[in-house]
Amino acid sequence: MTERLQVRISRRFLRVWQRNLKVYGKSWKISFIPPFLEPLFYLIAFGVGLSGLVGNLPYQGSEISYVSFIAPALIGVSIMYNAFFETTYASFVRMYYQKTFDAMLATPLSLEEVITGEIIWGATKSLIAAAIMLVVIGFFGLIRFPEGLLLLPLAVLGGIAFGSIGMFFTGIVANIEMFNLPVFLFVTPMFLFSGTFFPLENLPPWAQQFALVFPLTHLTNLARAFSFGRVDLSLLWETGYLLLFSFVFFPLAILKMHRRLIK
Amino acid sequence: MLKAETVSGTPTYFSGPYIVEAENLLKKFGNLVAVNGISFRVATGECFGILGPNGAGKTTTIRMVYAFSPMSGGSLRVFGLDISRDWRRIKSRIGVCQQENSLDPDLTVLQNLEVFARYFDVPKKEARQKAMELLDFIALSHRSNATVTELSGGMMRRLVMARSLINHPDLLILDEPTTGLDPQSRHQMWARLEELRGRGISILLTTHYMEEASRLCDRLIIIDHGLILVEGKPEELIQKHVGRNVIEIAGPTNELRSFIQSRQFLYEDLGHRLIIYCEDRGELYQRITRDFCKGGCVMRSATLEDVFLKLTGRELRE
Repeated sequence: MTERLQVRISRRFLRVWQRNLKVYGKSWKISFIPPFLEPLFYLIAFGVGLSGLVGNLPYQGSEISYVSFIAPALIGVSIMYNAFFETTYASFVRMYYQKTFDAMLATPLSLEEVITGEIIWGATKSLIAAAIMLVVIGFFGLIRFPEGLLLLPLAVLGGIAFGSIGMFFTGIVANIEMFNLPVFLFVTPMFLFSGTFFPLENLPPWAQQFALVFPLTHLTNLARAFSFGRVDLSLLWETGYLLLFSFVFFPLAILKMHRRLIK
Repeated sequence: MLKAETVSGTPTYFSGPYIVEAENLLKKFGNLVAVNGISFRVATGECFGILGPNGAGKTTTIRMVYAFSPMSGGSLRVFGLDISRDWRRIKSRIGVCQQENSLDPDLTVLQNLEVFARYFDVPKKEARQKAMELLDFIALSHRSNATVTELSGGMMRRLVMARSLINHPDLLILDEPTTGLDPQSRHQMWARLEELRGRGISILLTTHYMEEASRLCDRLIIIDHGLILVEGKPEELIQKHVGRNVIEIAGPTNELRSFIQSRQFLYEDLGHRLIIYCEDRGELYQRITRDFCKGGCVMRSATLEDVFLKLTGRELRE
């Protein structure tokens, strides 16, 4: 498989990426709104509405406000959502309804390049969202710079991880409604139980262990560390987990899409 | 109108005698044998047709030729290159019109061509120029900024054809190019294809419209159940398999049946209808109308459709 992948993936995957960028460019003013408004809504709801109830909480030996606790997690969640929904619903529409992949496969592009282009595009959407949120949240003084800029490469890595598993699901679902399953069983639990809205320490030990399986747990930990400017070697294993996750699901996504499309 | 140099673009690289050479081409889907070891050659510069009823293996065959589907067996050379090794070089010199509409609804008419040109690494400036020329060629220049969903079925099909020409292909592959089109659009499409053929582009097409095949194809094969039934030029196939003329009799009487049988004509008895294939120039037709039927009897020239139905049978294929 690896040998074949090398042969069949060239930088031509950028052509697929460019196609998506062109379509995105046609409606970028609208596409920019969610990542701009979403953090504002959350910060108002949780910051103003909820933090009075929650107050401060301990984080790695110091007290931090609830708003600064959830702000980096919002970026992490956004990285997940942007890549995952791009390579599930959006890619499925292109593949199944619009026959975009079929048309591409009648050109010098290989299937591997089409799928790679889609996943990298998903990661690009994560990057765009993270960049916008970085500006908005940074404006409220909730992110420390320059360490906070590490959120950008993190968005690419997280985007590839979630884009790959999203594409894996696109390779196996029978129809577009079936995405409800991974969304309900995988994405939503992660959204709630990855140390996003409350510290993992509040969970029973078994649940804390289980949460380590979630890639969002590690993405959130990294986002928080970068936002607070606490960059140290312990982050290597969090990064390693996301890398490993990508290395598993990227080839799996290609394998499943190959089975699905090449007949 | 476009000049030959601009549509066929850069001069044809390929000068070998055969642009496609398929030998014992085999395609299996699990236990189902879709293409059962067929061999055919498409000569450079010719228009070659693959005809057959639904499910005969037409689309499966051409999908292997444009390296979309891997072969299960046999060998396939396009432009003299091995398809399993040189698939990318082969694909970069082919233009494909797939059966299903695969135009990009997220893009405008012009963008569809430009984005597609990028997949072939056509430089941006050249792509714009080429796209404008092709829009002119298919009479869609006035809609270049329309979104694809605003176009009629005929316009979409023409745009698919224009898109398949964006890389100056040496070989154009069309999968049922006129299915579902109105007569005007169909004739428009035929005229464009004839023009392209006149410029030396080799064409490989599938169709189940016999009129289309007769008009466009230099040579064709009729396939069924994954096997080639006949191969040849349209007129020769007609002459060989059904003869010059056809007499069709609605509601034939038993007297007519015994008359036909006694004369040893080539005929088909469909019960409610009798079809006689013959070289007759009118004598037999006069005899039949005079002695055996009052009305519902016609004589016409034999067509490729007669050959097709005779060889593939008249049962429905669904």
